Parts: sequence; structure tokens; C-alpha cells
Amino acid sequence: MQPNEWLFIGIFFVVALVIPTVPIVLAQLLNPKRPSKMKQEAYECGVETVGDAWVQFKVQYYLYALIFLIFDIEMLFLFPWAVAYNQLGLFALVAMAGFVGILGVALIYAWRKGALEWL
Amino acid sequence: MAEFLINSGWNPNLAQIVASTLGAVVLASFGLVWVIFSIWLERKFAGRVQDRIGPNRTGPYGLFQTFADIGKLLTKEDITPKGADKHVYNFAPILAVAGIIAIFAVIPFNHAWVGADLNVGVLYFVAVGSLATLAILLAGWSSNNKYALLGAFRAIAALISYEVPMILSLAVPVLLAGSMSMQDIVKGQSIAYVFVVPVSALIFFVSQLAEVGRSPFDLIEAESEIIAGFNIEYSGMKFAMFYAGEFIHAFVICILTAVLFLGGWRGLGAGEPGYELFGFLMLMAKSVAVYAFVMLLRNTLPRIRIDHMMAFNWKFLVPLALVNLLVVTFLARPFVPDYAAAEALVAEGGLAGLVGTIFGAGFIAELPRAVVLLVANVILFIVATQLLHRYGEAQRSKLGVQAVPPMRATAMASD
Repeated sequence: MQPNEWLFIGIFFVVALVIPTVPIVLAQLLNPKRPSKMKQEAYECGVETVGDAWVQFKVQYYLYALIFLIFDIEMLFLFPWAVAYNQLGLFALVAMAGFVGILGVALIYAWRKGALEWL
Repeated sequence: MAEFLINSGWNPNLAQIVASTLGAVVLASFGLVWVIFSIWLERKFAGRVQDRIGPNRTGPYGLFQTFADIGKLLTKEDITPKGADKHVYNFAPILAVAGIIAIFAVIPFNHAWVGADLNVGVLYFVAVGSLATLAILLAGWSSNNKYALLGAFRAIAALISYEVPMILSLAVPVLLAGSMSMQDIVKGQSIAYVFVVPVSALIFFVSQLAEVGRSPFDLIEAESEIIAGFNIEYSGMKFAMFYAGEFIHAFVICILTAVLFLGGWRGLGAGEPGYELFGFLMLMAKSVAVYAFVMLLRNTLPRIRIDHMMAFNWKFLVPLALVNLLVVTFLARPFVPDYAAAEALVAEGGLAGLVGTIFGAGFIAELPRAVVLLVANVILFIVATQLLHRYGEAQRSKLGVQAVPPMRATAMASD
């Protein structure tokens, strides 16, 4: 399309960033500032914090992230095809059905491997 | 606007920038003004659902309650926890709101009022919408708090998972309209897509609900488990920004559902040239109707467990979305609407002419495809829910649990 639409998007982003910044800055000017050591501790049920927050976490999160990546990238290829759908012939439909089928097989594989279980 | 400035002797480039900036400010403040109203609406609604009155002290019907809250939040001390990553910590609430507001840029409010009718509008809002997800991760990561980090992990795992069925179901309206521009998708809906592909609409709505982190998917901020989740260390106005961001997001998903599946600004002759305002009101009415449904869900459904949430996504929604996409792919192609032929048919008169004059020629052009896809979708829906039902029964008998009988009004009787 015309370049001025992207100009609008650019300006809109700047405006969108400024709008939430204004009340935060305003609050900085208005609010009281009485910091103390206790107040700045990390909040954790009232007892003193043990260690920092960089704890070990479940590997499950990585697995979900990996499956998501596979799906996300492949789905992106669906969109140009979907736009051209009304002009496509049978071959393109079958090809894309194969493509979606591969996605389905990937999902079944992950499922059978237990990657979708929340442990 | 830009033409007016150019005609009054401005430099065309400068005029373009000024007009764009003004448009952007108006459009973005619309989101913020709406959030002030919607917080009141939501509190009132929650009050009514819970048999309370809701805010009613400040101003007529408690309308100024939100302003009182803003005043309070402005005077709250802003605490940065020890060991927090300051820059990231301060940037996260800004990004949380900015990412959501940026979606407004591509929403068509009527045939003329659209910020930027990008030819990749659908991809744009998916991409920009995930900035809010990023903000949640930034907030949780930078707070130096275990609860915040856990909340952020949960949020990311859930949000990216639900993005998959969302994008898969989004491909269907794109495919039917043959365009990624939001405006073209609205224009392609002589019959609203919710009546053509209800399964896609449902998947989209549910996964968007999960994206916002609204109940029943609100375990991102499960108070009983991880206190408040990713925003636990935030106070004052920075917390308010997360809060506002959530409310804007909740309404944005309603607008998107209305635009993509409910026909946007179309309906009852709205959006024809000369009825611009009516088109805008039509879109708003549809969005508020969806929003009422979201509020009702929020106030009546219990929170679901995280493993159930993930299983529901990967083992039900994603396969269903894939199958739905395949079904639509094979059934829709022979029935691509031929608008020119439909116009000719209407001009010929008779029954088609009568229907065409009432609903428009586009209605006739899209009717065969709509009927075929609707039947296929209903069958798909019945099969899917039956499978889900069987699975639930099997799980229950494996665990030796009796099916929970529907809740009776025993509590009412004992009052």
C-alpha cells in the first residue's frame, strides 16, 4: 500500500508509548518518596527472602516454547496461501493439505512423546 | 484532513505528518477513555452478578469511581524492589499498554475510519498483540521476585500456547475474504463469518480470552497460588498501567471478534456512505455485546488448573483448529462468491431479486458457501464435543470418580 500508512503506524507507536508514560511520570512528580530498607525487600509472604529470584525452573516450559516455535513459523506460511486461496487450483489445495497434515503429524509426535504433559 | 492542510498552503509532507499525529492521538486516547468507562462498567456488572450494588458513591451511579481511583494511585509511593533490573522494570508497564493500544491502528471503525488499512492487518495485530506478552515476561523477570518469575513463566507458557489455535483459526477468515486487510475482511462479510465458520469464531474467542488472561484462564495472576503473579512488585501508577492494559486488551479482543467474525461495522445498512457514525456505533454495539459475555464468563466461571489449560489447548483446540482449517480448505473452493453474477441475478428480479434488494447482492453471492461451511462446521462441532465428552467419561471412570451432578439450588432453599 502507500508508504504513508506505515508512517501512520510509526507515529502511532510513538504516541502509544507516550500515553502510558505520561501518568507514570506524573505520579513520580506527585507521590511521596520515603524509601526504607524493609520496604524495598522483595515481597515473599512476609518472611525474609532466601537467595535471589534466578531459580531453576521446569524444563516443561522449554518444551512448550519449542513446539510453539515450530507451529508459529509454519503457520506464518499459511497466510500468503490463504490470501491467494480464491484463485488457487486443486494442486495448491492438496499441497497445503499435505503441509497442514505434516503439522498434524508433528503434533501427534509431540503428543505421543509426552511433550504435552504438564508434569 | 491532510488534503485540507495541503489546500490551505502547507507542505504536503508536513501536512501528512501532522494529520497522522492528530489521528494517532485521537485513536489512542479513545482506548484510554474507554478503559476509564469499562472499569466502571465491569465493577458495576460484577456487583450485579454478585448481588451487590457496586460503586455508587462517587458521582451519579458511581461513574466517577475510576477518577477517584486514578487520584489515589497518583499519590501512591512508587517502590522499586531491591535487586530489580531498573530499566526493564520501568519499561514493562509502558510496553504492556503501548502494545495493546497499537492494535487500534488497524481496526476499521467504519468504511472510512481506519487508522491504517494495512494489507497485512491481521498479521500486524497478532505481532503487536504479543508485545503485551513480552511485557509480562519483562515484568516478571526484572522484579527479582520468585512469585513474579513463576507468574511470568506461567503467563508465557499459556499465552504462546494459545497463540497457536488463535492464528490457525485466523487463517479461516483470511482465506474466506482472500485478504489480510481488516477492512477487506469486513467487506467480505455480507454474511457474518460467525454464521459461516462458527467453530473458527469459537476457537478464536476462547484463545483470545486466554491471551488476555481473563477468567477462566486467569491463573496468570492467581491470587491463591502465586499472590498476584508477574505484577506483584509493582505499585502505584505502574501497577495501574498493567491493570489498564488488561482492560484495554479485554475490550480489544471484543472489537477484534466483532470485526473478524461478527461483520464489523456492517449490518442494518450501517457503514454505507452517509451512515459513517451508524457504522461506528454498530461496531461498538457488537463489541459491547461480546464484552458483556466476557464479563459474564469472568464473574461466573471458576479458574481452571494450569495442566488442564495446557491440555485443553494442545490436545483439543489445536487439533480442532487444524481439522477445521482442512475442512474449510476443501469445501470453500468450489463456492468462491461471484459478486458480478449475483448482481446480474438480482437485476433479473424474481425471488433472487427480492432477497437481493433486502440483504444486498453480496448476501446471495456468499450464500452457497455459507450454507455448506455452516453444515460442515456444525457436524465438526458435534463430533468434537462428543469426543471431548467420551474422553471425560473415560478419564472419570479410570479415576473412579462419579460424574458431578449438576448443581442444585439447595443453598437457596436453606436460606
